Amino acid sequence: MVNKFKCVIGLLLVLPTIVAANVSEYQLDNGLKLIVKEDHRAPVVVTQVWYKVGSSYEYNGITGISHQLEHMMFKGTENLGPNEFSRIIAANGGRENAFTGRDYTAYFQTLEKDRLEVSFRLESERMRKLVIDEAELLKEREVVAEERRMRTEDNPQALVREAFNASAFVNSPYHHPVIGWMSDINNYQAEDLRQWYQKWYAPNNATVVVVGDVKPEAVYQLAKQYFGPLKPEKTALVKPQVEVEQRGKRIIEVKAPAELSYVVMGWKVPVVATVEKEQEWEPYALEMLAGILDGGNSARFARDLVRGDEVAASVGAGYGLFSRLADVFMVVGTPVRGKSVEELQQAIMVQISKLQTDLVDDKELERIKAQVVANAVYERDSVFYQAMQIGMLETVGLDWHLTDSYVEKVQAVTAEQVQAVAKKYFIEQGLTVAELIPMPLDGNKRPIAAGGRHGH
Amino acid sequence: MVTRLFGIVITLLIAVTVQAGPNIEHWQTTNGGRVYFVDAPELAMVDITVVFDAGAARDGDLSGTALLTNAMLNEGAGNLNADQIAAAFEDVGAQFSNSSQRDMAILSMRTLTAESAFEPALQVFKKVLTKPDFPQASFERLKKQMLIGLQAKKQSPAAVASRAFYSNLFGDHPYAAMPAGDEQSVNQLSLASLKAFYKDYYVASNAIVVLVGAIESQQAKDIAQQLLSDLPTGEKPEPLPKVAQLANAKTVTIEHPSSQTHVLMGQPGISRRDSDYFALYVGNHILGGSGLVSQLSNEIREKRGLSYSVYSYFRPMHEKGPYQFGLQTRNDQAQEALKVMQETLQKFITNGPTEEELLAAKQNITGGFALRVDSNSKIADYLAMIGFYDLPLDYLETFKAKVNAVTVAQIKEAYSRRVQADKMITVLVGGKAE
Repeated sequence: MVNKFKCVIGLLLVLPTIVAANVSEYQLDNGLKLIVKEDHRAPVVVTQVWYKVGSSYEYNGITGISHQLEHMMFKGTENLGPNEFSRIIAANGGRENAFTGRDYTAYFQTLEKDRLEVSFRLESERMRKLVIDEAELLKEREVVAEERRMRTEDNPQALVREAFNASAFVNSPYHHPVIGWMSDINNYQAEDLRQWYQKWYAPNNATVVVVGDVKPEAVYQLAKQYFGPLKPEKTALVKPQVEVEQRGKRIIEVKAPAELSYVVMGWKVPVVATVEKEQEWEPYALEMLAGILDGGNSARFARDLVRGDEVAASVGAGYGLFSRLADVFMVVGTPVRGKSVEELQQAIMVQISKLQTDLVDDKELERIKAQVVANAVYERDSVFYQAMQIGMLETVGLDWHLTDSYVEKVQAVTAEQVQAVAKKYFIEQGLTVAELIPMPLDGNKRPIAAGGRHGH
Repeated sequence: MVTRLFGIVITLLIAVTVQAGPNIEHWQTTNGGRVYFVDAPELAMVDITVVFDAGAARDGDLSGTALLTNAMLNEGAGNLNADQIAAAFEDVGAQFSNSSQRDMAILSMRTLTAESAFEPALQVFKKVLTKPDFPQASFERLKKQMLIGLQAKKQSPAAVASRAFYSNLFGDHPYAAMPAGDEQSVNQLSLASLKAFYKDYYVASNAIVVLVGAIESQQAKDIAQQLLSDLPTGEKPEPLPKVAQLANAKTVTIEHPSSQTHVLMGQPGISRRDSDYFALYVGNHILGGSGLVSQLSNEIREKRGLSYSVYSYFRPMHEKGPYQFGLQTRNDQAQEALKVMQETLQKFITNGPTEEELLAAKQNITGGFALRVDSNSKIADYLAMIGFYDLPLDYLETFKAKVNAVTVAQIKEAYSRRVQADKMITVLVGGKAE
């Protein structure tokens, strides 16, 4: 047993050097950042262009506009017709898409390695030369509305999570959904999109990440050729929008057609980007705490709530330590038949208070650490994921080197630190609870009075 | 001498360029398990997957049998309970997963190759595979979980549509049932029937073992041999019955309190070893298989803004899997979207693709071939497919050439012979137009 961990730790010490050695970082004169990571396992290359803009940059009335703009980025530029971008990538054997989050909008292409130029040529074109056509926008607004119906309106659990965020966050822009409120989607004007594009899509607000079978210097030259001539923009100062202090537990209900009940609990917590220097270990302790509760099938939730007490049909914990603004530590779950949401919540709270009163034992800590070390190897099986990590960290205002120090910092977390963050942050004052009240699927307007469910 | 050397150099170059896919080694264990191995030395990890012909197609009268059997394996094995099994994997950072679909029942593990991690992970993986205890308490719990899973599906219009689609498409063929079963069948499952299912189907001659990772060939041989050594040779199951073509078109409408209607349309498609595979695969790539640049996406999403996602795909299985078309749109637009989808298909059957479209599709498929095998996990998936469906070992090697050989005439001919636009199952699940 002792031997095993020695070996695992040995691996850890070697790992960061290997990982860091093959990453090159450049900045063009216009402010564009280029990060190249060599991975010569397969003759492929992934390009990701990350912009510092997402739903957390938006304000009321135009929520979701970053996501709508992401859609419009495929709809034509000064030199490309609608959808031509996608057709050129396809003809080059590439796969491409884009995604929008709270803190970023990113575009990617995966290609065979000798086609990198295709992606740079096209991405540099749409970085500054997008054309927002009125008619195209009207159609694409409908597509986004359909996307929202599919993801949110017709998904009871997504409705609960959306309502949860809108309650947990009062003035933080994490209040509103990434896809935006339907009423905002239905009312975007071409001029709104043009302004949003003009403001945020510029080389000095972008990070280009390239991972694959490439030579960094050649990638740099190619970047200078295509992105170099682009004019920087005077980017707007982002307001801090620091969430007001929560002064008591918030409880909400969401009624929607559903078969199963569902609950979301979330506590206000700091993240790497928001902690003071002296508390910089705290996000890693929270990460460890998430692992203790839900890091695999041996973790406490699966072991004690799903198998042991048989109170949860499913239960999970989620915490992302690399967001731009302070966030919540979320626990979501569905009770088994015959158990109520209250009983599930109580069982979750028992788990939380155990973390507050008892030190986590070494074996559990070591298990999570072993997983973190192993995952750092497994993640390297995907060029896409490696690029994601780098791009996301850079774009939320952190440093891509954190991908390497992450393992060390989780390794350094002690049982006392897990207990300390459990005591400090899992308090009623910072808690928001959202519960799904299932309504009959046949359109009956009365809540289902099934055994084990409850009415307030 | 010079000439000969030159000759050798040329041969080497050809050997290098022809090598399109990974180098696959294949052999059998002494008890009949078929093993597929690719040496991937770059990362200090290994993926091991064991696949049995023990999916829902083997359920017999009680659907859900295969899935629950598979899910029971890591609930108790070789006198370890579920907690101990989970901890044994995770103590060393290994990841275990099990799943069961219509054709395949799968167990897989990813672990570091450092001996201190690898040996314990392999030992517990072997126990789960060969010495499951089928504890009664776990059986009762997982059965309840399956029933809750069925309830969860009822609140999703996509899942409701999928269930209706398969049941109508496949009639009395085993593919008609959902692997998760239904309330009635799940309630009737017994521990004895699961044990019997395991005994019949989890046998060496019905197993495919896939290994991809930083291990030597001889090591791979030892691991595979050891892994299956406690399984009886057993027998391969009988081939599945053939899937009947649909005699008539049929439309199924199911009311659901959703703002969108989910539309599925299709008919039996192709089997994994189908002689029309490449003509139909490339043809469908153009029609609805290439994402944003497909004909369907162009008509439904780009031109009309009717749906966020619209697609068509063949799901090749042991026997003919579905040829499935799908979209989802605001309730009041469902008929319009369905009509455009039908017309696009009909036009494709009548006219086939243009030479330009075919060229673009070939460029897309072959120009991105390296992307299909750029990670251990993707290679492992291909090996499982090649092994399970008994495809030639050079499947990946010859893939590009076979795609490039497809002609417009072949696509047209294959579509007119194999796809009947007037005999489709159509499922609409959604609310009333407002």
